[in-house]
Amino acid sequence: MIDMSPNVVLVIAVAVLVTAGVYLMLERSLSRVVIGAILVGNGINLLVLVAGGAAGRPPIVGASSEPMSDPLPQAMVLTAIVITLGLTAFLLAMAYRSWQLNGNDEVQDDVEDRRIAQLAARDERATADADIDDAGSTLDEDAEQAHDETDDQSRARPLPGAAGAIDDQSWGGGPR
Amino acid sequence: MSDLSWLVPLPVVLPLSGAGLTLALFGRPRLQRVVSVVVLSAVLVVAVALLVLADDGPLVSEVGGWAAPVGIALVADRLSALMLTVSAAVVLCVLVYSLSQEQDSDQQTAPVSIYHPTYLVLVAGVANAFLSGDLFNIYVGFEILLAASYVLLTLGGSRERMRAGSIYVVVALLSSLLFLAAIAMTYAATGTLNLAQLAQRLPEIDPSVRLVLQVMLLLAFAVKAAIFPLSAWLPDSYPTAPAPVTAVFAGLLTKVGIYAMIRTQTLLFPGGRLDDVLLAAGLATMLVGILGAVAQDDIKRLLSFTLVSHVGFLVFGIGLSSRAGWTATMYYAVHHITVQTALFLVAGLVERFGGTLSLTRLGGLARSAPVLAVLFFVPAMNLAGIPPMSGFLGKLGLIQAGVAADRPLAWALVVGSVLTSLLTLYALVKAWNKAFWQTPPVPLPALRVPRGMTASTAALVGASLALTAFAGPLYAYADRSAAALVARTPYVDAVLSVGERGQGESADAAGAGDEVVPAGDVVPGGGGGGAP
Repeated sequence: MIDMSPNVVLVIAVAVLVTAGVYLMLERSLSRVVIGAILVGNGINLLVLVAGGAAGRPPIVGASSEPMSDPLPQAMVLTAIVITLGLTAFLLAMAYRSWQLNGNDEVQDDVEDRRIAQLAARDERATADADIDDAGSTLDEDAEQAHDETDDQSRARPLPGAAGAIDDQSWGGGPR
Repeated sequence: MSDLSWLVPLPVVLPLSGAGLTLALFGRPRLQRVVSVVVLSAVLVVAVALLVLADDGPLVSEVGGWAAPVGIALVADRLSALMLTVSAAVVLCVLVYSLSQEQDSDQQTAPVSIYHPTYLVLVAGVANAFLSGDLFNIYVGFEILLAASYVLLTLGGSRERMRAGSIYVVVALLSSLLFLAAIAMTYAATGTLNLAQLAQRLPEIDPSVRLVLQVMLLLAFAVKAAIFPLSAWLPDSYPTAPAPVTAVFAGLLTKVGIYAMIRTQTLLFPGGRLDDVLLAAGLATMLVGILGAVAQDDIKRLLSFTLVSHVGFLVFGIGLSSRAGWTATMYYAVHHITVQTALFLVAGLVERFGGTLSLTRLGGLARSAPVLAVLFFVPAMNLAGIPPMSGFLGKLGLIQAGVAADRPLAWALVVGSVLTSLLTLYALVKAWNKAFWQTPPVPLPALRVPRGMTASTAALVGASLALTAFAGPLYAYADRSAAALVARTPYVDAVLSVGERGQGESADAAGAGDEVVPAGDVVPGGGGGGAP
C-alpha cells in the first residue's frame, strides 16, 4: 500500500496561496489581478503535486531500489506552469498596454451596459423611433390630423390607427 | 478496429503545422492565405472522413504509441466527429470571409499578419478539445484555444478591445484555474485522468466526493459555455472584436464548453444528480439572455445576448439526460453553430456597408442592400425557430424530449423555451425593422462590400438551410450518437481495448514499479464494460 497521505504544510500552503490570490483577483487594478492569478495558479499547481502522493522518491523507473513516486502529476504540473507563465506574460502585456492608453490599468465595467442601465433608470428608450415618437400628442389630436382618403400621395394608404400618419413615414416611403 | 485511426490526430496536427508555417511566412501575406485555406480545407476533409468512419464505432489513436490508460488517447466518436465537422466547415467559411475583408480593407481594420497563425492555433485547440480522450488533454486543448482567443480578441490593442479583453482574459483564466483544480482533485480521488478509465473508476469512489468533482467540472465548463450566473462576460467582450473573430468565437467557443459538459455528464457522471440544477440554470440562461437582447441597440451586442440565451436551450437538453434530450442537444448545437456564426458575419457585412452597428443610426437596408437583407432575414428567422427551418426542428426535438421527461421542471423549461423563442423573434424583428425598414436618420455611406465576404456568408446561410434539408439523416446520426452516449460501453471499450494497438511500455512500467499509483495499471482484459 502506498502512503498517499499528503504533507500538511503543502495543503496549508495551497489554502494560503489560493485565498490570497482570490483576494487580489477581486481588485480593480489589472496588475494586482495578475499577481492574484499567479498566486492561485501556483496554489493549484501545488494541489496537483499533492495529488500525486507523498514526496521524497524519484519519479523515474529504476532510479533506485525504492518504489518510485508517480511521475504523472509532475508532468502535469510542468505543463500547467508553462501555460500559466505564458498567460501571465500576456496579462502583463495587457496591463502595460492599458496603462499606455489610459494612464491606469483599471479593469472597467461594461460601459454599454451601464449606458443602457442609466436609460432604464431614467425610463427612456435606447433608440428613437419615428413611429412611436409622437411628441406627446393625444389620440384626439392625431385623429384630427389623420386623413384616410385624400389626394395626398404620401398618405394614400389606408391608415391602421390614429398614430398611422406618422407610422406611414417610417416605412421608408414617405418624404422626411 | 480500422487502420484509418491515423486520421484522428490530423485535425490537431494540420492546423498546428500550418500555424508554424504561416508564422514563418510572416512577411508574405499571399502565401499565408494560401497555407491557411489549404490547411483548413484539409481539416474539413479529414473531419468529414472521421464523421463517416466514426459511425461504425469510435476511432482511437494513441499519441506516441502508448496504450490507452497510460498514454494520451485521441478519440473520434460520433459526437466528437459531428462537432468537429461542423466546426471545420464554419472556420473555413469565416477564414474566406476574413481573407476578402483583409484584401479589401484599409490598414486600420485589416487583420494583421499574426491573424493567420493565431487563427490556426485556435482551430487546433478546438479540435484537440473535441478529440481528446483525457481530461488533462481537454484542459490543454482549452488553453490552446483560449490563448489564441486572447490574441484574436485584443487584435490591434485599441482602447475598447483592451477594456473588453482584460475582462475576458481574467474570467477565462479563472475558469481554467477552476478546471485545473478539478483535474487535480479527480486525479487524487481516482488516480487516472483517462476519460474511459474514469468512467470505470468514478462509480467506485465516495458519492459525495464524486459530487464535488462533478460540480467543479461543471462550473469550469459553465463559465466557458456562458451559462447564466456565469455569462456576464460574454456580451461585454465578444462585440468589440473584428467581425470574423466574433463570428468564430460565437460559433465555437461556447460549444466547446457545451461539448465538454455533454461528455462529462454522459461518460463520467451518469445518473443525473445535478440535472435539476442544470435545468434551472438553463431556464435562467434562456430568459435572462433574451431579455438582455431585447434591450440592446448594437446589433453585435444583441446577437451576443441571443447567443447566451440559446446556450440555455443546449443546457436544457443536457439537463434532461435522456436519449431524446442528448439527440436534440446535438442537433441544436450543430444548428446553432452555423446560424449564430452566419448572423455575426452578416453583422460584419452591415457594419461594412453602413459604417455602424447601431440600430438607431442604421436604416433602409432592405432597399439599399437587398442581398444583405435576405442574408440577415433567413438566419434570423432560423434562430427564432420559424417552422420549416432547422431552428424549429431543434427546438421541437428539445420540447418533445422535455415533454417526454414529464417532470415539473422539464415542463417549466418547455414553456420557457417557447417564450424565449417568441422573445428571440421579437428582438430580431425589432432589429430588422430598425436596420432594414426604418428611414435612416442620416443617409448611410453605402460602402462597397467585397464579394468574397458576401459569398462566404451566403455559403454559411446555405449550409444552415441544408441542415433543414438533411435534417433526417443528421437527426438519425445524432440519435445513434446519443444511443452510444447512453450505453457508454462503446467509448470505454474502444479506448481500453487490449489488442493490436500500440502497447507502448505500459505493461513493463506497471510490472517494474509495482508501487506506481494506479495510473500505471494495465486494464483488465477485454476492456470490461462500462461500470454499472
